[in-house]
Amino acid sequence: MNVGLEHYLTVSAMLFCLGLLGVILRRNVLVIYMSLELMLNAANLALVAFSRFNENLTGQMMVFFVITVAAAEVAVGLALIVALYRKRQSAHVEDLTSLKL
Amino acid sequence: MALPDALFYLFAFLTLLFGALVVANPFSRNPVTSAMFLVLTICAMAGLFVLLNAFFLAAVQILVYAGAVMVLFLFVIMLLDLKEEQRRKINLFGIVTGTGAVLGLGFLLTRTIWGGDLNQSANPRIIGDTKALGLELFTKGQFLLPFEIVSVLLLVAMVGVILLSKKELK
Repeated sequence: MNVGLEHYLTVSAMLFCLGLLGVILRRNVLVIYMSLELMLNAANLALVAFSRFNENLTGQMMVFFVITVAAAEVAVGLALIVALYRKRQSAHVEDLTSLKL
Repeated sequence: MALPDALFYLFAFLTLLFGALVVANPFSRNPVTSAMFLVLTICAMAGLFVLLNAFFLAAVQILVYAGAVMVLFLFVIMLLDLKEEQRRKINLFGIVTGTGAVLGLGFLLTRTIWGGDLNQSANPRIIGDTKALGLELFTKGQFLLPFEIVSVLLLVAMVGVILLSKKELK
């Protein structure tokens, strides 16, 4: 069977699930952040695959914007993590519960 | 098997393997190891992009993600000087329910992908090189406003980061 849209979408879905698993299971804020990047990348792969197999460049433009926004998001998020670490001396999610009621 | 198909299976396997090692590495719980495997995941994914004829995005993926973003990650990891993550008591209920939920989501996604008619062309000939993407971005008029908004967004992010990393937050 030739490799088609389904194969790429399956890889993308599996990668997304891996990223989600990392967000749920890991306890280090930085590793959680990397898992988020993994999920964003999975979405990018699905968009590029759709763009290719529907012969429409709009999907690739979308990925272009997603990469830009992700870069901005990483900068802001890491600055937040550094600021949190300065206050709490920890990058462990179970130590960052000041919003808990 | 044709060469592109074999390459697809190779890169897909590498992407998923390295992705799994980012999330759960049996040998090391050091965040630096996760970051390094994330770089490898992104490079393997750039290979998939090349197979999809998205040459420009493959280059951008390596330049921006594997280059800039991951350097930022490593910089912060080194800055925080994180010790090897020590084992804390694990919440078994959370792990079981979380894994169950993720497996359910994966099952649903896979079923949806393989169950429906995806409306794909059998012999796609689209090529996402720099010229095609530049023409799409700047001549159609459709993406000019989003492009400008993204530039403003980057400026806002920059100002926000400078404000956040000041010594005293007021």
